[in-house]
Amino acid sequence: MVNFMALLSGVVFGLGIIFSGMVNPAIVLAFLDITGNWDSSLLWVMGSAVAAGSIAFALAKKRKHSYLGSSMQIPAVTKIDSPLLLGSLVFGVGWGIAGICPGPAVVLAGTGSIDALVFLTAMLLGMGIYQNAQGRR
Amino acid sequence: MYINLDSVPWHAAAGGLMIGAAVTLLLLFNGRIAGVSGIVGGLYRMQQGDISWRVAFILGLVLSAVIWKFFFVLPEIAIETNYTMLALAGLLVGYGTRLGSGCTSGHGVCGISRRSPRSIAATTVFMLAGFMTVYLIRHVFTF
Repeated sequence: MVNFMALLSGVVFGLGIIFSGMVNPAIVLAFLDITGNWDSSLLWVMGSAVAAGSIAFALAKKRKHSYLGSSMQIPAVTKIDSPLLLGSLVFGVGWGIAGICPGPAVVLAGTGSIDALVFLTAMLLGMGIYQNAQGRR
Repeated sequence: MYINLDSVPWHAAAGGLMIGAAVTLLLLFNGRIAGVSGIVGGLYRMQQGDISWRVAFILGLVLSAVIWKFFFVLPEIAIETNYTMLALAGLLVGYGTRLGSGCTSGHGVCGISRRSPRSIAATTVFMLAGFMTVYLIRHVFTF
């Protein structure tokens, strides 16, 4: 059941990415191009996703276990440290180059796009490099 | 404040609600944050009992495109970045999201939904970095 809900969540998430237009890197880049022909779409996507998400997290706060009985795994860290800021900076630069972030990358790969597969393979490699560096510490 | 209703991208807002619904499902049923980089990156730890739900979620993302294609026509997808730059971007996104513990979904949607100061800081930084990068590529180094 846990796996089925994860699958369902992934499907709904992906359909949302496609329906919202965020599957198209050109729309994401148009949002990031604030001095160009700016497209506000991404802001609307995040705004409505956060509106719905806020209700979900308010409900989750009152619970110790999920509906399926698993523990609520919500990050407890609050410290704003340098890995957080540096990592986000590196991510933002990569995002600005291609207009693709991890969610749309996976959905795009599902469309059969070769470009997306190139991006996704490199992304998985980047994650592997991070994991490898972590493991040796 | 005045909002011209014709200028509201309804598709974007509705798609955002679907993403919010997906976040709600994974959170309330599974107790998990729907952050794509975290879900994918967590696979590298190869922890027993912590793999199948991640694979199921990722499979769902892939399937969404297949399902969409079965019923509708995919919207226009324009990728003008060349392979070299796509690979560079992918490396940076992969490494950066793991080092920074999240991406647009984990920090941008889930983190802001739970008003996490870390996620608000992370989202501010990657947005600014994105603005700056696009500015440099499109308006400064235009070669």
